[in-house]
Amino acid sequence: MTAINANTSPDGSDVLVSIRDLVKHFDISGSWIEQLKLQDGRLQRKKTVVQAVNGISIDIREGETVSVVGESGCGKSTLARTVMGLYPPESGAVFYREKRIDHLSEAQLKPYRTRMQMVFQDPYASLNPRMVVGETLREPIRFHQPAIGSRELKTKVATVMEQVGIDPDWQNRYPHEFSGGQRQRISIARALAVDPKFIVADEPIAALDVSIQAQILNLMMDLQEQRNLTYLFISHDLSVVEHISDRVAVMYLGALCELASAENLFASPRHPYTQALLSAIPRLGRPFSHKKLSGDIPSPIRLPSGCVFHTRCPYVRERCRQEVPTLISLPDNSRVACHGVEEKWVPN
Amino acid sequence: MGKLLSIEHLNVDFAMRTETLRAVDNVSLAVHRGERLGLVGESGAGKSVLGFSIINLISKPGYIDSGRVVFQGQDISTYNDEQMRTIRGNRISMIFQDPMMTLNPVLTIGAQMKETLLAHASISDAEATAICLEKLRKVYISSPGKRLTQFPHEFSGGMRQRIVIAISLLTNPALIIADEPTTALDVTIQAEIMDLLLELCESDRMGLLLITHDLAVVSQVTQRIAVMYAGTIVELGPTGDIINRPQHPYTRGLLGALPQKAGDSRRLNQIPGVMPGLAKIPPGCPFNDRCNMAGDICHEKRPPLIVKQSGNQVACHMVD
Amino acid sequence: MRTRWQRIKDSAFLYHFLRDPVAYVSFAILMVLTISAFAAPLIAPHNPYDPTTIDIMDAELPPAWTDEGSRTFVLGTDEMGRDMLSTMLYGMRISIIIGLGAVFLQAFLGIVIGLLSGYIRRLDNILMRIADVQLSFSTYMIAIFIGAIFQTAFGVANYEKIAAPLLILIIGLAEWPQYARTVRASVLAERKKEYVEAARVIGLSKLRIMGRHILPNTLSPVLVISTVQVANAIMSEAALSFLGLGMPLTKPSLGSLITAGFEYIFSGSWWITILPGILLVLLILVINLLGDWVRDYLNPKLYKG
Repeated sequence: MTAINANTSPDGSDVLVSIRDLVKHFDISGSWIEQLKLQDGRLQRKKTVVQAVNGISIDIREGETVSVVGESGCGKSTLARTVMGLYPPESGAVFYREKRIDHLSEAQLKPYRTRMQMVFQDPYASLNPRMVVGETLREPIRFHQPAIGSRELKTKVATVMEQVGIDPDWQNRYPHEFSGGQRQRISIARALAVDPKFIVADEPIAALDVSIQAQILNLMMDLQEQRNLTYLFISHDLSVVEHISDRVAVMYLGALCELASAENLFASPRHPYTQALLSAIPRLGRPFSHKKLSGDIPSPIRLPSGCVFHTRCPYVRERCRQEVPTLISLPDNSRVACHGVEEKWVPN
Repeated sequence: MGKLLSIEHLNVDFAMRTETLRAVDNVSLAVHRGERLGLVGESGAGKSVLGFSIINLISKPGYIDSGRVVFQGQDISTYNDEQMRTIRGNRISMIFQDPMMTLNPVLTIGAQMKETLLAHASISDAEATAICLEKLRKVYISSPGKRLTQFPHEFSGGMRQRIVIAISLLTNPALIIADEPTTALDVTIQAEIMDLLLELCESDRMGLLLITHDLAVVSQVTQRIAVMYAGTIVELGPTGDIINRPQHPYTRGLLGALPQKAGDSRRLNQIPGVMPGLAKIPPGCPFNDRCNMAGDICHEKRPPLIVKQSGNQVACHMVD
Repeated sequence: MRTRWQRIKDSAFLYHFLRDPVAYVSFAILMVLTISAFAAPLIAPHNPYDPTTIDIMDAELPPAWTDEGSRTFVLGTDEMGRDMLSTMLYGMRISIIIGLGAVFLQAFLGIVIGLLSGYIRRLDNILMRIADVQLSFSTYMIAIFIGAIFQTAFGVANYEKIAAPLLILIIGLAEWPQYARTVRASVLAERKKEYVEAARVIGLSKLRIMGRHILPNTLSPVLVISTVQVANAIMSEAALSFLGLGMPLTKPSLGSLITAGFEYIFSGSWWITILPGILLVLLILVINLLGDWVRDYLNPKLYKG
């Protein structure tokens, strides 16, 4: 296995976005006065840190859909936001076409804002309720192309609205006049308005009804074909992920457990956590056959030693408690971070 | 199997400022003793309103306009609050999406469980504790004695929902109404909770009305499924038949929209449009504006829910 | 396209407003009071600012409906012989101007500071501590300080000219933290919403996000406290005038009218102090009732419909 260095740019020209050893922690201890704690009879200043993302590396190739799945609190949304530069990472790097972008200033980042866009989860919160949708769509275009003529702007907004299936005549309506699915379409239109190559979609269908979910997923897949988009798709819905992804990354407690093609991952999950997760998917008309995990997810404030999954893993051994597993490559190009898989004591 | 609960021609209205809207429209449905029935629909279909109206918990401006709710031979839709209390939380328990709707954050689990018990039965404190411990064990809460002294915030989401289930079991109800009990939970925990509900219903021969939007979950837990759309039941039948041979175009569309059913085709089968708001339900069949089979009659006459060739009850003019 | 007027006509706001008698009666009274206050030069029977029309012989005439009353002075006259009705109308105008002016100043300072404090986290601590310090001074203490300094600096004669803007400044400076805290609280709630993140992903500057995206979404609570604050500011002005720190007697506000009449209450001339008192209470009451209604309307948790 080759060591990955955060300072070297990724090889392979078809890699669009590369995430390298990304670490993101949140200090939730508040102001310094709230950090003071009485310990061992002495007043000490202690910080409480949530270790949301701990050393994640993923290369995303042009035109593919990479999904990140995991349960709530696993850090998948934090990963998405750190990639988009909404949170500064503690360490690690994000590359866009071999250019490192994670440490850039807002001004330096501006050209990348038109390349990388984001779609959010909550269609009720992701549109400014006091702004008509036409203005919501005009704003990003005008901001990135200040010289654009008003007629060109108008056609551009109308085109993008049509592309997502919203009648351009509705430009002067406010978000509350639209249904959840329509709002999500507008949210997608806003991301598309600046003609990005790469879109991070953070649970874009989680808040929608089943029949609307299908509409939005189809729309996203159509747009991907038309515009050759690359998606980083964050979701907790495994059957959706199975359907739309080329590759899937499974996260648990801020760590990457497994990264494999969707086919391989769903046909033969390697990591014990992936196995448990997949077995829990409710399958139409099939009885339950899920692998029960013992206990609850540990707090990301006090991560377990060694493998973060060892407290719940049915195959745990001593090595798991001591040593943090690294991602190893398997013959079918799947990558798994598990001592048990490496030493073949975890059954397939 | 005798009928445990039977809803007969129930209409639930909401008096809004300019008009009266019908949220539940002429629904008839029965849950048999020990039966697990799934009530499936998208948001706004009226499934939660129906669930609430069974135990007379609809809040203003909603009210039951007509129809009957017969539980164990008694029409409980006319019960006053006092009479309803002998049913609600006693013979019929409810489990909600958010466990914190049921749990009081400032009381210990033990205090809340005993309170529920003592409200419905005259027993001693020691007896109450014994019952609480028994029910907690039943929902696989480890070291239940210690748990009784803890507060809700000390539990994870899945544990809280299990405690809510334990509370709902306290009075040995004949029917549990579970309204999206796992929607807020992760899949691994969802599987555990559903497994638990299934097991409890089977061992205690309890009736379960599972209200959810998730067809896959319903298909794993229930024996029969009722599909709701815009306030009416559009299809009702045994779970296997509904999942494998759906008749109503809406049921078909809903199942086809699931990625699991998509097979090799990349595009998902989608139903065009959105469910109409209560004020905009079209005349005739409520689904006519989204249906690819709709004919003239669908715009004129509301189709009745009747048994079709397949054996399912279907409300559609176009299905034989 | 529906016209703006039709939108207003169909709105839930108007619907609920017209169905709440407290709301529309309060609004009607407030409108009558405000319009008559601002139209005082046109509708007042006398001009209390014009010394040539005042005759000291008319001093302390009781209202017209009493035995000794004169028809020229419907509500009687004060100790200087000014017509009470006219003086009250002019006084109410000054009270309302000072109240509104102070609230505009408070709102401006409070919104700017609240936005900065809520959105730029580095500034939060320092700005909010300044607000705490500010709140721990009472309005009256600040007024006494500043008022005393200005009176000695400019002399009592000139003080008359600057009194109104000075009161606006004092009350405005004293109570901006109310706004800052309210705005900050809603900014903290709004900044977590995804539309703000979307604006950041577009690359918009902090200033633009604050001004165009967050600010418009924090205005409902600002509207609610504004009604209460107008009432409070009018009261503060009245209280300062009552203490002799507010409007001079030559240009009386409602507060200074009450003070002036207070000395005569024991000599039986109750109307000089009671009538402006009733007017002040009425004005404050209708503003507060309207404020309550607006708060209930805008807060869907309280609102049952």
